[in-house]
Amino acid sequence: MRGLRVADLYTIENLRLSLGDMTAKPLFGAAPRIEILKGLNFTIPKGAVVGIVGGSGSGKSTLGRALVRLLKPSGGAIRFDGADITHLDEAALRPMRRRFQMIFQDPMSSLNPRHRVGTIIAEPLRLHGFDGVEARVKRALDHVGLPQSFATRYPHELSGGQRQRVGIARAIALEPDFILADEIVSGLDVSSQAQVLNLLERLVAELGLTLAFISHDLSVIRRLCQRTIVLYQGLIVEDRPTAELFAAPQADYTRELLEAIPLPDPGQAWG
Amino acid sequence: MSFLSIRNLSVRLKKGPPLLRRVSLEVAAGEVRGLVGESGAGKSMIGKAVLGILPPAVEVSGGEILLDGVDLLRLPLAERRRRVGASCALIPQDPLTALNPSHRIGPQITDRLVDILGWTRADAEARARALLAEVQIPDPERVMRSYPHELSGGMRQRVLIASAFAAEPKLIVADEPTTALDVTVQKQILKLIKGMQERHGTALLFVTHDLGVVSKVCQRLSVLYAGMVAEDSAVADFFAAPRHAYSAALLAATPKYTDPAAGLNPVPDAVIEAVRAEVAAFDAGAARG
Repeated sequence: MRGLRVADLYTIENLRLSLGDMTAKPLFGAAPRIEILKGLNFTIPKGAVVGIVGGSGSGKSTLGRALVRLLKPSGGAIRFDGADITHLDEAALRPMRRRFQMIFQDPMSSLNPRHRVGTIIAEPLRLHGFDGVEARVKRALDHVGLPQSFATRYPHELSGGQRQRVGIARAIALEPDFILADEIVSGLDVSSQAQVLNLLERLVAELGLTLAFISHDLSVIRRLCQRTIVLYQGLIVEDRPTAELFAAPQADYTRELLEAIPLPDPGQAWG
Repeated sequence: MSFLSIRNLSVRLKKGPPLLRRVSLEVAAGEVRGLVGESGAGKSMIGKAVLGILPPAVEVSGGEILLDGVDLLRLPLAERRRRVGASCALIPQDPLTALNPSHRIGPQITDRLVDILGWTRADAEARARALLAEVQIPDPERVMRSYPHELSGGMRQRVLIASAFAAEPKLIVADEPTTALDVTVQKQILKLIKGMQERHGTALLFVTHDLGVVSKVCQRLSVLYAGMVAEDSAVADFFAAPRHAYSAALLAATPKYTDPAAGLNPVPDAVIEAVRAEVAAFDAGAARG
């Protein structure tokens, strides 16, 4: 059966993750655990663009961080391209990390302010033992539509949209299979937002990337993602092709999310 | 007559470039005006100039801010503060930094009423309780005894809304009050602000970058670019047919999930060049005097 369909890049089975609640930690002893992800099952096929939506506290960022193993699950399994990465330690993960990369929400805090753009993009390339680093940095800048001269600039000299392009360049320079984008346009103005999303859409097609796009903004998801997973309080309440989800949302929470979006239209019924 | 009337207001960095370029706008009593634009367009700066809370590096270089017919910029500082304090309030963007983390909620609402407006403690507390109930906080007594970190983001924003309405201001500046909240909470908070504004007949200067939000709460809007007003329209007219090329482009860039083809169109370079030319022409004119 499996041979007939596109291979899955990620297979997630009964994924659970709990974190210590530091606000309730006693002076001595461990903090009580809060269960953030409560048993998730889904797959991400190779080449798919999947949207992950939910309100604050729904667990969408925690899920993202578990996928790229910045967090360690407390139960279940994460298989990446056939390999079980659920409990791998850092030494075993290191050689795989090149293959799943992340773009962060706030480029101001995820780009080192003391380094030039060139160094920021080159550092992970060197870490992973790439050769021809300089040429790769230039190619990455080309890919994201920034002039090569930007390699000598510092992050504070760039606009928000340009900084986010550097974050994208750093991720794609490593030629990853998978990219996790966590709320990468929510801090941008609509016009820069449009530019960055159009860029991402183009790169996914050109480079054959698999992308998980975390956002609270369903308008953005609709444009970019073929499939959408809706999270609510650590559970998947809906996981369907995006067009179907928008045409006829099944879960109450999805409907509530859709109806809450203020459309740029004074005629919208916004009961 | 308008309650707030801003005429040719110019603001600049001290010995630096202009931030607002002869901005004019009116807000009638009980009216909601949206201030829209991209980051750096100067939309927050207008609200700060009205309230007299411009950053130290920024100064007003010309124009008038008439509040109830009196030009605030000509008043002695103490008199200006008294007037603004008595008739204006602010709903800030980030409810966590706006509340003092080491004080309970109650005094943060009541202290201003007692210390500055001369209310009795009992009156102020009764008022705070009533307002917390009005912003749909389930247990006002408990919330007044809570510290900010014990409340969710939506709850904190409710507290700040209650606090803003406490002294029955005639004008409230709301500076991106829902940007930090997720959509379902945003909807509750916007409806709350709108409802309170209508019940209390308060004029509202609503700063936002989200045209969707504007279409839900505002009657008029000013679209700003580089400290200049590109367009000043009634909301219904604007969404039917924006009059300025820049504001039309901004509307076209706003995503709309009901129409996946609409939105996500960056503002075209030609439009940006045209507005930059307008700004340059303005600055050249200002330099000639």
